[in-house]
Amino acid sequence: MAPRRKRMRRIFNIPTIKGFKPYGNSCSQKGKRELISLLYEEYESLRLCDYEKLTHAQACRLMQISRPTFTRIYASAREKIATAFVEGKQMIIEGGKVYFDSEWYRCSDCSCHFNHPDKEAIIENCPLCHSTNFHKVESES
Amino acid sequence: MKIAITSVGNSLSSNIDERFGRCAFFVIYDTDTKSVEFIPNHAKDAEGGAGTAAVQLIASQQVAKVVSGQFGVKVKPLLDSLKIQMISIKGSHSVQEIINMIEER
Repeated sequence: MAPRRKRMRRIFNIPTIKGFKPYGNSCSQKGKRELISLLYEEYESLRLCDYEKLTHAQACRLMQISRPTFTRIYASAREKIATAFVEGKQMIIEGGKVYFDSEWYRCSDCSCHFNHPDKEAIIENCPLCHSTNFHKVESES
Repeated sequence: MKIAITSVGNSLSSNIDERFGRCAFFVIYDTDTKSVEFIPNHAKDAEGGAGTAAVQLIASQQVAKVVSGQFGVKVKPLLDSLKIQMISIKGSHSVQEIINMIEER
């Protein structure tokens, strides 16, 4: 019997880097040979938990997966990073069953919805009516 | 900066089309030169993949923002990864109204 198919994991933004390389002579040979691939969903779980400091319960809702699944992805992310650190291996961020989705905002003046693809830039006004009267839409789950 | 607006007709008085992938025309408005260009949507009556084709069309025009009524489930992640901002607006507005709204400061 085929295994149950994986649910699509929601990711807010594409990581700014493609991966990590070890630094120092002793690990360079080994690091070149072996690559550890960190999946996009594992990167996102780490970002939500350790960078945004959310709990697993909050983070799993953002990624639209169940809490146990989130914990499994997170555990696998830490395991991979630890392996790369200890054994001095290169790490690339790639693959995984994901889709990208950004945060949505709603303008109270012209009642339009708009998203925000570039996370670094701070939005100051509504792109349509230039009103400053907008608020973030909480993700439906 | 270029902005794409989905439209039901090929004039400025036409209303905006609520559907992104199956709109009749795309209006490409350039905020720098104030030029307006109408592009017919050939994928309008396609069996499937109208949204994807529409994304390709507007991405080839290097637009930064898209104004439409709704965006489908396939279109959202595509536009997101291309860093094109989606603006979804409800109700009937003409293309001219939208351009005026963008221009007013």
